[in-house]
Amino acid sequence: MIVSELPDGELHRLLGRSGLRLRLGPIVANIASPFETVEAALALHYASHEVLPDSEFADFHVAVDPVPGLRRWIRPQAYFRFDANPPFNPLAASQAFPLLEWGLNWCISAHCHQYLIIHGAVVERAGRALVMPAPPGSGKSTLCAALVARGWRLLSDELTLIDVETRRFVPLPRPVSLKNESIRIIAEFWPEARMSPVVHDTLKGSVAHVRPPSASVQLADQTAVPGWIVLPAFRAGEPMALTPLAKSTGFMRLVENAFNYSVLGRRGFDILADVVAASDCREFRYGGQLNDAIAVFDDLARVR
Amino acid sequence: MKSYGMLGETLRDTDRAFTDPPHWDELVRRAREADLLGTLAHRFDASGRMVDVPRGPRKHLESAAVLGVAQHRAVAREVREILRAVDGLGFPVILLKGAGYLIANLPPSRGRLFSDVDILVPKAQLPAVESALMLAGYATTHHHPHDQRYYRRWMHELPPMQHIKRLTVIDVHHAIVPETARTHPDTPEFFRAAVPIAGWPGVAVLAPTDMVLHSATHLFHNEEFSHGLRDLVDIDQLLRHFGTDAQFWTALTERAGRMNLGRLLYYALRFTARLLGTPIPQSTMDAASRYAPGRVTGALMDRLLLDGLRPTAGLRSTRFARRLLYLRGHWLKMPVPLLAWHLTVKTFRREQQQPA
Repeated sequence: MIVSELPDGELHRLLGRSGLRLRLGPIVANIASPFETVEAALALHYASHEVLPDSEFADFHVAVDPVPGLRRWIRPQAYFRFDANPPFNPLAASQAFPLLEWGLNWCISAHCHQYLIIHGAVVERAGRALVMPAPPGSGKSTLCAALVARGWRLLSDELTLIDVETRRFVPLPRPVSLKNESIRIIAEFWPEARMSPVVHDTLKGSVAHVRPPSASVQLADQTAVPGWIVLPAFRAGEPMALTPLAKSTGFMRLVENAFNYSVLGRRGFDILADVVAASDCREFRYGGQLNDAIAVFDDLARVR
Repeated sequence: MKSYGMLGETLRDTDRAFTDPPHWDELVRRAREADLLGTLAHRFDASGRMVDVPRGPRKHLESAAVLGVAQHRAVAREVREILRAVDGLGFPVILLKGAGYLIANLPPSRGRLFSDVDILVPKAQLPAVESALMLAGYATTHHHPHDQRYYRRWMHELPPMQHIKRLTVIDVHHAIVPETARTHPDTPEFFRAAVPIAGWPGVAVLAPTDMVLHSATHLFHNEEFSHGLRDLVDIDQLLRHFGTDAQFWTALTERAGRMNLGRLLYYALRFTARLLGTPIPQSTMDAASRYAPGRVTGALMDRLLLDGLRPTAGLRSTRFARRLLYLRGHWLKMPVPLLAWHLTVKTFRREQQQPA
């Protein structure tokens, strides 16, 4: 059973009671929330995700609930709960769905040490992973959405999972999070994209999510081998250039963007060393010409 | 005792986790809340049953074990850094709790998740230790004047110090209960009895009886119970380990009496036996019951501790018990006028911190 096949009212009922038990690639999250915006966003973005019965083990039990008391009426707020524990400060109620997404990211990056987890987007073509480890503002999510729009398979736009045992890239297909300018850019570049309403004034500015293609969701059990490590650097108006990158630099950028490199110790080093050795490392400077950018990446994939 | 559910059962015997129908979901959630996932992982490994745990929950156990290894590595390194910082001051640093269990290689350390280092130094040496640590890059964390006063005048420790680069946190204690508390154990006696650790020059841990008494004090003479069960598991492990020596039990109750910590030992023995099945000789129980509270207080404390130690912050009964235990903890820590002042300051500060 997938979310879009749930009978009428069932999603609402689940979210209000024991929770919606959702398969997100290798992770199962049990999600509860009374917010209509959360329900609508889950119905949109997780339409092709599998719903599991309560008897299945859930990795994380999370909820986004209204802050009680006066906050119910005056400037309502939402807070994220991981079991009984609220790890973050509450946010405005309008940000309930982004808060859920960020909360889930935190749950995974703070607890799943069966993976080396890198803050970065990862897409796949022909079984090979293209990783873009990058801090916010580098344009990785924009590029990721654009690549996915043109047929690359989405593994994740935020959390790159490398299985510690197999050293393969594990898909975590969830909505792609776009910020500020890139919302309009992707809306123009990919008119068929299903986007949730823009949420303004978040910690990251304006945020909108794009639904992951159902093909990416259905192939969530297909892992990928290392292919390319590309460091995107967006500067408005700059000419495009894809240049070779020293493997040592690629390695260090992965380390800098890894959530649990130090937790894994020596193993973390070995895994990254293998991944970098097996990957083609590049730096990609671009100024917003998405069509040209996709052509460059498609070429890269053909050469390999 | 059924009331601690799957976690309580599994802490007594890992085989009991394999129920039909399974309850792994509940076990992992409760163990994580109690900060006991790493401990459980170690126990499943030790009993050879990790391979039988289904893949879903096993990933979490193994992840916690990985995190535990990383934390232990980091704590050992931190202890070395601290030693380097205070080197030459001419007295041993006593490691308390987690770091002590780890460096002295005692059973509670197996799989235990923790990252802060607690040390105990003579009160007269506090200024020297603090400046040595500051020179090594540790800075105080609480900048509000009330907090500084709270720690420096009333508490038994400095405000937590954090290393500016590694972000590691160290608590420097000079006693095991606050200056303002109602009971006062003889701290210099703890220093006299401390035991050096082989292979770690300059480091000591408390003597076995004192280690148990400190753990009991840390748990039951406190206002915070959210990690109470984990602390109780520490005590259980220490008692099982040191208790193989028959002399230990008589020494323990005697020491507790002399140190004015009899009541806290009584709670520790009562609740480890009740909740974790710790094997405690009847004679020790009898000796400790001399320090038991009266009937009414006893019944009330039983109730509060049973509810407050349970790792179920989602339950109203647990939250309610912890709120009362919070007040009790403060009551033990300081005289009423001071307590009223402290809680007033904290209340108003909390409101200030809320975004408008």
